[in-house]
Amino acid sequence: MATSVERRVEPVIRRRILPVVEVRGLGFASILAGICLLVIVLTGIFAPLIAPYDPIQMNPAVRLKPASDTFLLGTDAYGRDLFSRIVYGARISLTVGIGAAIISVAIGLPLGLLAGFFRILDAILMRIMDGLMAIPSILLAIAVVSLAGAGLWTVLVAITIPEIPRVVRLVRSVVLTAREEPYVEAAIAVGSSLPKIMWRHLMPNTLAPLIVQATYICASAILIEAILSFLGAGIGTETPSWGNIMSEGRVYFQLKPSLIFWPGLVLSICILSINLLGDAARDLLDPRLKQRGGLK
Amino acid sequence: MPPRIRYSTGLPVPTTDGIGHSNFEKQEPAMFGYFLRRVLAAVPVMAVVALFVFLLLRLTPGDPAAIIAGDMATPQQLEKIRTALGLHEPIHIQFLTWVQRLMNGDFGVSLLSNKPVTTLIAQRLEPTISLAILTIILTILISVPMGVLAAWRHGSWIDNIVMSASVLGFSIPVFVTGYILIQIFALNLGFVPVQGFTSISKGIGPFLERAILPALTLSSIYIALIARMTRAAMLDVLGEDYVRTARAKGLDEKAVLFRHALRNAAVPILTVIGTGFALMISGVVVTESVFNIPGLGRLTVDAILARDYPVIQGLILFTSGIYVLINLLIDLSYAFLDPRIRY
Repeated sequence: MATSVERRVEPVIRRRILPVVEVRGLGFASILAGICLLVIVLTGIFAPLIAPYDPIQMNPAVRLKPASDTFLLGTDAYGRDLFSRIVYGARISLTVGIGAAIISVAIGLPLGLLAGFFRILDAILMRIMDGLMAIPSILLAIAVVSLAGAGLWTVLVAITIPEIPRVVRLVRSVVLTAREEPYVEAAIAVGSSLPKIMWRHLMPNTLAPLIVQATYICASAILIEAILSFLGAGIGTETPSWGNIMSEGRVYFQLKPSLIFWPGLVLSICILSINLLGDAARDLLDPRLKQRGGLK
Repeated sequence: MPPRIRYSTGLPVPTTDGIGHSNFEKQEPAMFGYFLRRVLAAVPVMAVVALFVFLLLRLTPGDPAAIIAGDMATPQQLEKIRTALGLHEPIHIQFLTWVQRLMNGDFGVSLLSNKPVTTLIAQRLEPTISLAILTIILTILISVPMGVLAAWRHGSWIDNIVMSASVLGFSIPVFVTGYILIQIFALNLGFVPVQGFTSISKGIGPFLERAILPALTLSSIYIALIARMTRAAMLDVLGEDYVRTARAKGLDEKAVLFRHALRNAAVPILTVIGTGFALMISGVVVTESVFNIPGLGRLTVDAILARDYPVIQGLILFTSGIYVLINLLIDLSYAFLDPRIRY
């Protein structure tokens, strides 16, 4: 019965930054997700060894061929091997995902630490972040790409900008609670320098939630890159990315739906795996949220 | 996109009076002050949006006029754009003139069609708005019962299915969902036409026939988000004393769940409907190009392909404005939804 809903147990104060990961505690789904992601990462790294054909070389003689022994998933409208293109596409998606996660944390963490510590800066910074968060991230990314032109770096910047406010808000909220703790007072009392207090005493508190947030940013960045490429505002069409493959496949959708379904499937599995790993990380790092089913 | 939800409304967390009864008669005069503060708080947000949009063009490396005009532009064209944007003036004058124009409803002129951006947006508004409203209705009808059920049978197979479906909803990109739905319901089963849009003025039947797939597509992330949030909020509320009291006095489960529990869980759910609106705007751009709907999303895509910056800029300002407005209305509605919240 629903009356048996457990009361939330107050969390035990944890001093460790990263609790020892118990593999046994991980569910079947997160282990499967880990394996899927590992396969995708390895595919991206060893793409030249795995892909049977050049992903860019066009061959009009074999356009839109169905799946066969020669072409595992068939060919696209230019006679390029779909499987090879999807294999190479993993590189772009993973680069963008990991890149966006690292850059947004690298910029958002110091800003959040400062905002959480200095009240005046907080007021200004948070207004700016509120404004940035009001802009739909796809539109913001589109605007950046349309101004600065297509390319990996532009796309990375375009995707990272809307993610930064979320990191800043997260770090700030952690710092706001942590700075009232006795050990911070003690550090101030013994005359620790400000940078030391922030880095040694406040920053470690943010690590656990940041790791979780970074996985979500990674998934979100991969998705936005695919959407941008799909809309024609992403990385140049000569580079195979999952979004680009689908974008080119749109025209031939009724003729050959597999041009959209295979990259779409791989993209979905990739994002799903990262999200599941993020959920697993959150459950491990912050058991309080587990019962609530996550507030991503 | 996996959304991040947060209670960032700055509102006090509602405290329980132990009874959980709503009392709509008591309205405090202090609420007017709250309304005014919330309305005023929206101003700096929009100012930052405007400043960002303004600076984006000026801070991009290179001559803004050349960026807008593209590689094929003649010196005359460049000069025309410079004059139109006021690029000869100092930057703060440029900003003030620009803001003044925005205030007067002048969002600039499209470089592609030479029509005012406001006209272009107005022309494309109807399909997008009708699609958005249908999406929200579908979302609430599907996700709230899902979340309530999941919380009610917490830990059971129903809960597991709802939670798995919601993770799937987050992870499958909107356009993949769209193409799967087209493949199944339009191509294989032939229930509905593949693409296109029929205005609601031509009758509700023809409208639904074309709009139902895009609306389902668009609602997939939204449903995932709100079902999760409803479940979480309901789990919190179901542990409260007044729920036990309601059960103890012999009310049937339906009344307990929907009249007592859901009503008290409404504030966080509504908050997420508001913050999730940004997700929907992003989804609209993609969904409209998958289903070939002549709305704001298509306008955006056409503008990207033509590098029509004034239109993109107008669309950003417009959608951000709508987003701020909707969240403002939701914030204001808390006072009516949950009278325990006092300001």
